[in-house]
Amino acid sequence: MAGDSILQVKKLSKSFGGVQAIMNVSFELAKGQILGVIGPNGSGKTTLVNLITGFVKPDKGEVLFNGKDITALAPHKIANLGLTRTFQVMRPYHSLSAFKNLIVPLNSPRVKRSAAGKLGDMDAVAIDILEEVGFERDARVPYKVAGSLPLGYLKRLELGRCIAMRPELIICDEVFSGLSMSEITSLIPLLERLRMEGITMIMIEHRLRELFRLADKVVVLTFGQKIAEGLAEEVMNNQMVKEAYLGTETKA
Amino acid sequence: MAYLLAPRLLLIMGLLVVPLFVDMYWQRVLCSAGIYALLALGFDFLAEYAGLVCLGGALFIGTGGYIAGLLNHYFHLPPLLTIPIATVAGAAFSTMVLIPCLRLRGIYFAIISFMFPLFAVFIIIALNVFGGTEGISALDTFPSIWLELYLILAAVLVSLFAIRRLVNENMGIILRGVKDNDQAVRASGISITGYKTRAVFIAALLGCFGGAYLSHLYGWLGLSLFAMDFSILPIAATVMGGMGSLVGPVLGAFILTPMSEALRGFGQLRVVLYCLILIAFMVYKPEGIMNYLERKYHQFEKWEEV
Repeated sequence: MAGDSILQVKKLSKSFGGVQAIMNVSFELAKGQILGVIGPNGSGKTTLVNLITGFVKPDKGEVLFNGKDITALAPHKIANLGLTRTFQVMRPYHSLSAFKNLIVPLNSPRVKRSAAGKLGDMDAVAIDILEEVGFERDARVPYKVAGSLPLGYLKRLELGRCIAMRPELIICDEVFSGLSMSEITSLIPLLERLRMEGITMIMIEHRLRELFRLADKVVVLTFGQKIAEGLAEEVMNNQMVKEAYLGTETKA
Repeated sequence: MAYLLAPRLLLIMGLLVVPLFVDMYWQRVLCSAGIYALLALGFDFLAEYAGLVCLGGALFIGTGGYIAGLLNHYFHLPPLLTIPIATVAGAAFSTMVLIPCLRLRGIYFAIISFMFPLFAVFIIIALNVFGGTEGISALDTFPSIWLELYLILAAVLVSLFAIRRLVNENMGIILRGVKDNDQAVRASGISITGYKTRAVFIAALLGCFGGAYLSHLYGWLGLSLFAMDFSILPIAATVMGGMGSLVGPVLGAFILTPMSEALRGFGQLRVVLYCLILIAFMVYKPEGIMNYLERKYHQFEKWEEV
């Protein structure tokens, strides 16, 4: 079983001052799966992403990626191993045009190594990737300055930057938030295609209905602790999860 | 084609021809304007394309100047050798000094980089090395004013076009990424410290060349190579010329330095006038000369087409 698992999170803890952001969280993820992470606001979802990707160092616990301990590695080294992320608050290079945004990941050691010098014209590769994530080539959207793009495209750009890394595992930090229903429905096929290509994904989400269509497994966090893990229906019928989302019933 | 070439040719010809029509004194002024132009170019490159506000101009000039001067004084190397050596070695040294500070951003990096030249001055005074407060004189100078003049002007033009090209290459794109959003660059598997180090090295090359050139220009090295002017004037030139345009700061330096000379007659009041001019620019043309001209130039073209 350990052979299949791409990511193992073991007893991760992190506190910021007096706030225990993440407490003893453990889970495992098999190759090719989509894991949903849900929880109310402030439950530590983004901190969990930061801990796994090395942007924040944990107080305790460890993260294994393909069996390798990555807990102490710098974020760029983790990314080069094939573990990439999107940011909840999007971080485009706003002064660069959309396709130039992808030049940065295309210059990473990982991509250069795997392409073995045969990447060809980087701009063309960048535009192809953008088309893959839904930038209309004909409308010349890839040439627009990233700072002028609407939210939907920025989310796609974040995904495009991840895909450009040729990753094994993508962590999507709320890609659906702030998008309209039609934008979400157009993103889902893209995510499904990534899964078909064998890319493992962790999706942090608030949009439960859409998430449950995709996720193989769901982890629920409240106040930094994991309170449930399992299939979507199981988790949603769990009493503790209901309480976390809806509050405790008080009998008058 | 002509539309694109005209402004470039105007700049090149301007820089190459103007020195022919001015007297010796103003030729010297142009030489030091060239040094400030190199510094301003480095400042603009670091600030607008790598997100590092670097006040290390004096550090670069001082390091380059001292290395060139000392090599010339103690080992009797000719300027032909000391200038290249000082450029590279000085840039390597100042970059190494600045590496630990690269984690800082914005104003914090600016202040730290501003401190180093002050350090250097105190170290030289305290240890009384490298000529102490007196400095070292009677270094080799250039054989003719024409060599002096065209060496620095050529250096300015070459580095200007080199850096303009660089910012659109992959390395420049990554640096602009670092400026816009360094965390996203790290998430893309690229070490931001590595790229910032390279950017500082490039800016330091320009500054150290200027310093090495300066010590041979006057045949003298001393503490004034670490003067604050070298850190401050490039900012003024950049603000005036137009931030991010690269040409602007060069132009700014070639306007401000002669202006500062022309105001010499006012004695200490010179600084006040200088500041007033700068403030006027910030209030009325905050985009700077170059960005303004560029906008107008492009408008002009469209207007002609219709």
